[in-house]
Amino acid sequence: MIESNERRVVSVIVVNEASVLSRITNLFSGRGYNITSLTVAPIPDSKYSRLTIVTAGSVRVIEQITKQLHKLIPVLRVYEHEDIVEKEMALVKFPITENLSDINTLCEAYNGKIVNVGDTVIIAMVADEPRRVENFLSAIKRYNPKEIVRSGAVALER
Amino acid sequence: MQMSGAQMVIEAFIAEGVETVFGYPGGAIMNVYDEIYKQDGFQHILNRHEQASIHAAEGYSKASGKVGVAMITSGPGFTNAVTGLADAYMDSIPLVVVSGQVPMSLIGTDGFQEIDAIGISRPCTKHNYLVTDAADLPRILKEAFYIARTGRPGPVHVDIPKDVTAQIAEFDYSVELELETYKPHVKGNPRQIKKAMDAIANASRPLFYLGGGIINSNAADEVREFVHKCGIPAVETFMARGVLSFDDDLLVGMLGMHGSYAANMAMSETDLVIGLGARFDDRVTGKLSEFAKNADVIHVDIDPASISKLVNADYPIVGDLKNVVTEMLQQIEKIDADNYESWRDSISNFAELHPLTYHEDSDRLKPQWVIERVGQLLGDDANISTDVGQHQMWSAQFYPFSRPRQFISSGGLGTMGFGFPAAIGVKAAAPEKTSINFTGDGSILMNVQELMTAVEKKIPVINIILNNNFLGMVRQWQTLFYDKRYAETDLSVQPDFVKLAEAFGGIGYRVKTKEEFDAALKDAVEKNVVAFIEVIVERLENVMPMVPAGGSLFNMMLLEKKETK
Repeated sequence: MIESNERRVVSVIVVNEASVLSRITNLFSGRGYNITSLTVAPIPDSKYSRLTIVTAGSVRVIEQITKQLHKLIPVLRVYEHEDIVEKEMALVKFPITENLSDINTLCEAYNGKIVNVGDTVIIAMVADEPRRVENFLSAIKRYNPKEIVRSGAVALER
Repeated sequence: MQMSGAQMVIEAFIAEGVETVFGYPGGAIMNVYDEIYKQDGFQHILNRHEQASIHAAEGYSKASGKVGVAMITSGPGFTNAVTGLADAYMDSIPLVVVSGQVPMSLIGTDGFQEIDAIGISRPCTKHNYLVTDAADLPRILKEAFYIARTGRPGPVHVDIPKDVTAQIAEFDYSVELELETYKPHVKGNPRQIKKAMDAIANASRPLFYLGGGIINSNAADEVREFVHKCGIPAVETFMARGVLSFDDDLLVGMLGMHGSYAANMAMSETDLVIGLGARFDDRVTGKLSEFAKNADVIHVDIDPASISKLVNADYPIVGDLKNVVTEMLQQIEKIDADNYESWRDSISNFAELHPLTYHEDSDRLKPQWVIERVGQLLGDDANISTDVGQHQMWSAQFYPFSRPRQFISSGGLGTMGFGFPAAIGVKAAAPEKTSINFTGDGSILMNVQELMTAVEKKIPVINIILNNNFLGMVRQWQTLFYDKRYAETDLSVQPDFVKLAEAFGGIGYRVKTKEEFDAALKDAVEKNVVAFIEVIVERLENVMPMVPAGGSLFNMMLLEKKETK
């Protein structure tokens, strides 16, 4: 039995057409559902796009979310995932005066590296499970990150 | 064939068999109106407000079973129509609403009469389109009609920029629809149907819970046959009035906030709810945790999202009701109507204990009497529309409905101002029946301008205004729950309704006695013009029984017992 308000990942395959994204987000806001993160990109060689939505809710709420998503005309399929591989990317900007080898080591531990070096800042990238990205972001706090951007999760069923 | 976008709209309507379009012209939709002027494939009825156009199309659709069609202009024309779209969406009424939009080059510039129409209509339509190329119009219009009438029906909105209505493109309405992402379930799962039939056979106190989906699915005949062969009592939702005839022995009555004592008690005592096309609305269930507490639930609905949304379904069946009930009838031999005899008896006892009635204890006419009286005089010969409020509940309680599509009312959204324009649409769809609109002194003023529409098009709707000089339903709540603080509900300052009707060219009556009422109704039916019959009724009458909002269905406020009526 899933606890109430458990984190869930839902993938939605939609026709890639104007205003389809707002149909999805309107549905969430209009019915009081929560969106933790949302990613969307076209599926190669098709007229469809794939959305990965991280949400939270009780079993009944999640069931309603999937059913309501299905009711939208441009929605082809809705997957409410059980067993998935899930990844998220984060980019972090550090002052170049910080300890670069420490940062690099941390990045490597979280499946990432330093991807850009400028005159005053460096940019590091990690790509890992959302929970681990969370850990990384707390570990690098002491290196005075100037800006952090997270991509939101993408997921595939195993 | 090459033609303009505007011509395509006309051709598509004709190809869809549209006979009546309700609407109001304006700048952005003028190209289409120009084509309406030139054609004679359908009639156009000019309402005097866009909201009324949508309600008229709803009334037309509900009375006829066809897709209702309305046309409006951009900006305020569209925003006026939004209430109607929301109303149709809540009550699953199939509509196609075409609106004009500013030319493509002006979209996003805050142009004159520009509004993001599809952005606004998104949450209150089944689907919507912004047409950016006339070449897409034949497909979009065909999809719009198809989506509106199939699955769980609903309104579809098509927004067309002015330059697209002028653009020339190829029109071929024979295009095959390819809706890969929209495939409504029609057939119920045979295993689930079998399980449900076994559950009915094994239940000792089963109860049919009939909803408006039966009417949408045109399944009333099948449902009547099913109910009778099972010998199982049935309660109806507000939206299902007329599925069973008022004089059907198995009809317990309407349930819910203003349902009858017997219907609400039956629902509280049943051990198996057989839900057909009903959606467990809060006005039906009262407190959810106490609703049909000891019952298993069979829920047949075409909309999977309605199943287990509020009440968990033990036997969910997704499918078109007509189909599913026909399948169920194939297994009817499993069911022995004799098994439910003592259950039927106990329901009869409920009905005898607190029958649905009222007291004639006032010098003024009782509103319930007026509704019963119209039922006695016109019965099956009338279609009944209502506005929203006390009169609406009394209509649902006391009118003797004998067939589906006889009762047309705003159920889900509760839209005051719905009744008069809806009754115009009903009359346009069913001219052979008298079109009655039961309304109140509050509601009627919300679309009173439709007097002009009815006079111009000679649509003889009879509006029976139950005048208690109050916004009666709100007043009732103030009496019961707000210590009689009548905030802004006293409508003592009123127009002269007789003169108002006459000013537009209609006919008006003010009646205070039973004799006057009978004479006025008879005269209005004979004169066959739009009429206001203003009936001065008891001011402080309450709709009873009543389940207070959030209360349990079995905890009803009841009519005080008296030796009258």
